[in-house]
Amino acid sequence: MLKYLFEPGFFSSGPVHTAVGVGAVVAITSAVVGVFTVTRGQSFAGHSLSDIATTGGSAAFLAGVNQFWGYLAFGAGAAAFMEMTGVQRRRGRDVATGVVLGSALGLAALFLYLGTLRSSTTGASFTILFGSVFVLTPSTVPALIASALLALAVALLLARMLLLSSLSPDIAAARGVPVRAVGAAYLMALGVSVALSAMVIGAVLSTALLIGPAATALRVTKGPVRAVAVAAAIGVAATWLGIVLAYDSYYWPPARHGWPVSFFVVTLIVGGYLLTYAHPRWRRPARRDEPDPEHACSPA
Amino acid sequence: MFTGLMLNTWITATAVAVIAGVTGFFAVLRGSSFAAHAIPNGAFAGAAGASLLGLNPFAGLAAFSVAGALGIAGLGRRARHDVATALTFVMMLGLGALFVSWSTEYAQQAYSLLFGEVFGVAADEVLPIVALGAASIAAIAVMFRPLMLSSALPEVAEARGVSARRMELAFLLVMALATSMTVPVVGALLMFSLMIGPAAAARSVTARPLAAIGLAVGIALVTVWTGIVASYQTNWPLGFFVGVLGGVFFLFGRAYGAGRRRMAVRTAAA
Repeated sequence: MLKYLFEPGFFSSGPVHTAVGVGAVVAITSAVVGVFTVTRGQSFAGHSLSDIATTGGSAAFLAGVNQFWGYLAFGAGAAAFMEMTGVQRRRGRDVATGVVLGSALGLAALFLYLGTLRSSTTGASFTILFGSVFVLTPSTVPALIASALLALAVALLLARMLLLSSLSPDIAAARGVPVRAVGAAYLMALGVSVALSAMVIGAVLSTALLIGPAATALRVTKGPVRAVAVAAAIGVAATWLGIVLAYDSYYWPPARHGWPVSFFVVTLIVGGYLLTYAHPRWRRPARRDEPDPEHACSPA
Repeated sequence: MFTGLMLNTWITATAVAVIAGVTGFFAVLRGSSFAAHAIPNGAFAGAAGASLLGLNPFAGLAAFSVAGALGIAGLGRRARHDVATALTFVMMLGLGALFVSWSTEYAQQAYSLLFGEVFGVAADEVLPIVALGAASIAAIAVMFRPLMLSSALPEVAEARGVSARRMELAFLLVMALATSMTVPVVGALLMFSLMIGPAAAARSVTARPLAAIGLAVGIALVTVWTGIVASYQTNWPLGFFVGVLGGVFFLFGRAYGAGRRRMAVRTAAA
């Protein structure tokens, strides 16, 4: 049975070991940060930051600097810029994010164009968008883990204040929570974690791991602590299963060179989310104008 | 600069700017910037799928952008809107990654779909784009009042019998329609920048809807035309100029709006 699930060589392959380890780190960080992202209604910002970070990657490529710094600088810089242009207000948030994203994508067009002038890497835009866990450079792994820990630490330290200020900014302000500073710190943490995960697994998968597990967990659990735990479990399970399937798919038709990992992971995550609609107990419709997501995620 | 192929470019870019200005106004008003980003970007997966099956890429783009609109509207009924958009979007891109990995020689086309080929518009592409633009603007004109009401005051609209859900679906479908034809020409990136930047700038200058739509179209036209001239001179991609100009106009609009508010406060105090 196991022989059919795991193709020969799965457990002895070096790239697979790295992919499994790094995938788990990214999935857990994304899930924890994602619960706050979904609660605060900042999915668009979360996705945009990963797209913008990839712009930083191409900028670093042009400047001849290590890509790592490009991703990090653009992710954190864009978060700061969004904060300044009004992401903290619910009404202006989506537009501010959109404008920052639009400008950054413009820069990406330029950097990629200048990059193709210098070397003939037409596939660069594609790799940057989709990435792959199987082609990690081992030297970035420690930096990735460090930044993941940083983002996790910020999210957990601010957890109570973040939840309160997400659910009711007025009550939070009345209780002396520095709503704006907490929001800014959180957005920076989001920028760092998303930038790094975009560098490792691509912008698409980064968004999927940030939003999907957290949204699923918030539908099926009550209370933020359980939501975080469930989201992390879903994220890790989807990532590992996706890696196994991608490894198995090496001999699948039609191309016989493996299906992309991101396809499997995304499908598993979205499929899991859709499953929550099937179970009658979880099928409570959410009203859009409610400040909190699917189920009230009250600060415990 | 105004001959042959370039003439096609000017006509197409003008049509696209008008479409983007009008749909963008509603996208900004309704807070659907994420959908405006997700539908054009995700639709590119459809083009990849169509080329795999040997179909016309337009068919794939249309199918995927409509599927994206339906997915966002369908999931958005039960879940939060941004979550629904994000999940629909990653699913479309995941499929795109799969299609691209099957077809192997697609990476180059992917670049042009994301960033556009506005200087290579063929003569037979101009008419469909202009027609489609006219169709989407006509659709918005027909449902202007209910759409406006449900965007600005959803509760009042519901009370008057305008279903917010149906309006959302109708608007997303118009956006999908506008997208499917314009993406191969101007690129998913440019379409998004043109929808959000000018409309956001216009909104912070005036609150009256028709004036804001007019201004959004005007800013989008200036952005595109300046972009084409600059891109023609420097050979840099058009997407760069459009993206950056959109951001600059937004900042100007915000500064103007803030300045006027301050003036109003001062006159009220005096």
